[in-house]
Amino acid sequence: MQADLIQEARRQAEICHACRYCEGYCSVFPALHRERFLTDGDITQLANLCHNCRGCYYACQYTAPHEFDLNLPKALAEVRRNSWESYAWPAPVARKFHTHGGAIAIASVLGFAAMFLAIRLIGSAGGDGFYAAFSHGAMVAIFLPAFFFPLASLAISLKKYWSSVGGTRIDLKSVARAFGMAAEMRDLSGGHGDGCNFEEEDRFSHARRHAHQAILYGFLLCFASTSAGTLMHYFLDMPAPYPLWSLPKLFGIPGGVLLTGGCAWMMSLKLRSDRTLGDGNAWGGDFGFIALLGFVALSGLALYVLGSTAAMPLLLALHLGSVLSFFLLTPFTKMAHGFYRLTALIRDAQQKQA
Amino acid sequence: MAHDVVVIGGGNAALCAAMTAAEAGASVLILETAPKAYRGGNSRHTRNFRCMHKGPLGPLVDDYSEDEYLADLMKVTAGKTDGDLARLAIRSSEECLPWMQDHGVHFQPSLSGTLSLARTNAFFMGGGKSLVNAYYRTAAKLGIDVLYEAQVTHLELAGDQIAWIDYSHGGEIHRITPKAVVVASGGFQADTEWLTRAWGPAAKNFLIRGTPYNRGVVLADLLDQGVQSVGDADQCHAVAIDGRAPKFDGGIVTRLDCVPFSIVVNKNAERFYDEGEDVWPKRYAIWGRLVAAQPDQVGYVIIDAKSLNLFMPSVFPPLKADTIEDLARQMGLPADRLRSTVDDFNAACGDQTGFHPTELDGVATSGLTPAKTNWARPITEPPFYGYSLRTGVTFTYLGLKVDENAQCSTQDGPIKNLWAAGETMAGSILGQGYLAGFGMTIGTVFGRIAGREAAAHAS
Ligand SMILES: Cc1cc2nc3c(=O)[nH]c(=O)nc-3n(C[C@H](O)[C@H](O)[C@H](O)COP(=O)(O)OP(=O)(O)OC[C@H]3O[C@@H](n4cnc5c(N)ncnc54)[C@H](O)[C@@H]3O)c2cc1C
Ligand code: SF4
Ligand code: SF4
Repeated sequence: MQADLIQEARRQAEICHACRYCEGYCSVFPALHRERFLTDGDITQLANLCHNCRGCYYACQYTAPHEFDLNLPKALAEVRRNSWESYAWPAPVARKFHTHGGAIAIASVLGFAAMFLAIRLIGSAGGDGFYAAFSHGAMVAIFLPAFFFPLASLAISLKKYWSSVGGTRIDLKSVARAFGMAAEMRDLSGGHGDGCNFEEEDRFSHARRHAHQAILYGFLLCFASTSAGTLMHYFLDMPAPYPLWSLPKLFGIPGGVLLTGGCAWMMSLKLRSDRTLGDGNAWGGDFGFIALLGFVALSGLALYVLGSTAAMPLLLALHLGSVLSFFLLTPFTKMAHGFYRLTALIRDAQQKQA
Repeated sequence: MAHDVVVIGGGNAALCAAMTAAEAGASVLILETAPKAYRGGNSRHTRNFRCMHKGPLGPLVDDYSEDEYLADLMKVTAGKTDGDLARLAIRSSEECLPWMQDHGVHFQPSLSGTLSLARTNAFFMGGGKSLVNAYYRTAAKLGIDVLYEAQVTHLELAGDQIAWIDYSHGGEIHRITPKAVVVASGGFQADTEWLTRAWGPAAKNFLIRGTPYNRGVVLADLLDQGVQSVGDADQCHAVAIDGRAPKFDGGIVTRLDCVPFSIVVNKNAERFYDEGEDVWPKRYAIWGRLVAAQPDQVGYVIIDAKSLNLFMPSVFPPLKADTIEDLARQMGLPADRLRSTVDDFNAACGDQTGFHPTELDGVATSGLTPAKTNWARPITEPPFYGYSLRTGVTFTYLGLKVDENAQCSTQDGPIKNLWAAGETMAGSILGQGYLAGFGMTIGTVFGRIAGREAAAHAS
């Protein structure tokens, strides 16, 4: 972890500690006020509880030009990104992606190329539908490791995080509370229910929360669609393609629409927001990641619409390529935040009980 | 465009007046001398508003009656209160809270460490700056025009009317002739020269807790023209704050709550007052004056390791030393004198088994002058910690005298188109002393009255 970033966040947190005006906005402040002396681990934990809603920036009487120069959303964003980079495994990879949208684009192109090549070289084993372009066996051979690698990597990272913030034995109650907070994205409602300050200075709005919910639920639906397909394939012996009134489609189509729309909305909000209130270095990486996620969804929908046309093999390569890059990049991009945030919420619930 | 109503100032009182006037149909212009980043005067530093209520209301629990509120006020002002105006402010405060919510203010439960105020004071979520932001948003929706960096320099009083207003903006002086004017430009505490004239040279060492923009320009201009005043220039609300606070705008975080657990000495390393006279919220105001009376207007607080966690931290970490002598050196105090002051104090401490940090515990010194009458525990356990204390001025009391319609007057009677609200007329209600959260009550109540009257006059 970078000591200067932690130190700056601590300097600011100590001012908040003596002030407390923002106590009602989010989970960060009650956690901050719980400890009189903040360790490096405490600061890291606070950083992962914050989601940059900026309420505390616009409310603060000590922002620049005041000499106290408060900008807590930015200070915490920098510690947060730095914590993800430090705990990522393998670490050097993480440093490439969090701050570089370009690197994400290159990785995606490599993903596409790999899929083209795979389709060319391995090709079909004589299946129907998508499997006519790319055999099911080959897909599994590529995606199974691509799915488990990020999970293993994240597990290693979260374990490091957990010990750095002093986490104790995980109990069910804390986990349940954390999931409850996350499902509603309660902290993004600003503590008073009018939302956060993101795209237009100090105006409160639910735009970011709703865009984020569209992304989360869209993603979960798409994930459910894929899982349903996998189960149907293996246990019911019902291989793709699936008809409209089937679980994979019923999950997949609304999921794809939500995810595409959510990502587009989030990108437009991000373009309007003040970049000096976040981690300026991570802006490109975050933006690239949202674009990639949006592309995963959009290409999936396109595949659904144009699946029986001549464009199918090309679309399939693009879609599978983006999915592959997305999976592999998960531990090293903004996608990791969801896992860290849940972990931070579990720790917070533990501390509240203590 | 010519406006019906011009409001001078950009804090709570000004915004309440402007919104009320606009809602009554007047066209309104706000002239705020601060740049946008510093708009909102002292109001941007506040945290709560004291509110009467007959039952649970918003964030407030139980009830807080008119009589109890008034009694609290009388206690802190030693009876120097205008009973009628005070009752008006108190009674109106109850309808203010929902009005504030309707105009964008969010409240939150009493902050941690302030539970004693959960019944009487409604806390703004995010503090006063978020209240000010919300009001500016609402003002924009109501079509109110706002000019920042617009300092009003003169109001021309012609007979019983304000004939015009001069203000500087963008390097030029502008003259406008609104139908009605509301003055809500605060006190004069940021004008060190004025403060020095009133207080004597000691005032040069005072720190100003709030905005550097309340320099009393409009107040002086009106008083010069014979507008009726109230209060004395040497009356101000001052508290003891961390001596390292910036000259202006240090706000809430510079307060220092450790005096009851300490000994406080002056620059000659001598104690000068009972540090344990009462719980700190009841005593922090008199310490502003006590420190102002010491040489160089500075005090030094000394605690030992066992007291460090008994109070809310200040924004500045204390000086720290393993010996009293070393601490004295770091603070620039005569080391041998401090040693003997501490020794004398320690020797005078008695039985401490009843020590209780949040109650008057009667753990006192014996045979020492001045005595310490509560929380007296010897300073023996290293490391030792030290803070400096200075006088921090919150606001001044000298102001414009108003009636129950917030209207200003001269000797010859009311000025037809001039009203005042907020700190600039608070002296009309409070002669001395202060009750936490009452500043925002006065600003909100009289701001709304002034806005209503100004709009009625303009239409
Ligand atoms: C640190 C601190 C904490 C406080 N906390 C509380 C609290 O919790 N609760 C409470 O009730 N009270 C509190 N107070 C007191 C409270 O701030 C005041 O009573 C209240 O804000 C006064 O409001 P106002 O609108 O009259 O003045 P202000 O908010 O000070 O507004 C005056 C405005 O006039 C402008 N102005 C000045 N001169 C000119 C000019 N010549 N031309 C144009 N504009 C001008 C200023 O820029 C400013 O915008 C606190 C004060 C301080 C300093
Ligand atoms: S962000 Fe500013 S207003 Fe909020 S608690 Fe911190 S110092 Fe206080
Ligand atoms: S930016 Fe939002 S979530 Fe982060 S600390 Fe501030 S108020 Fe809390």
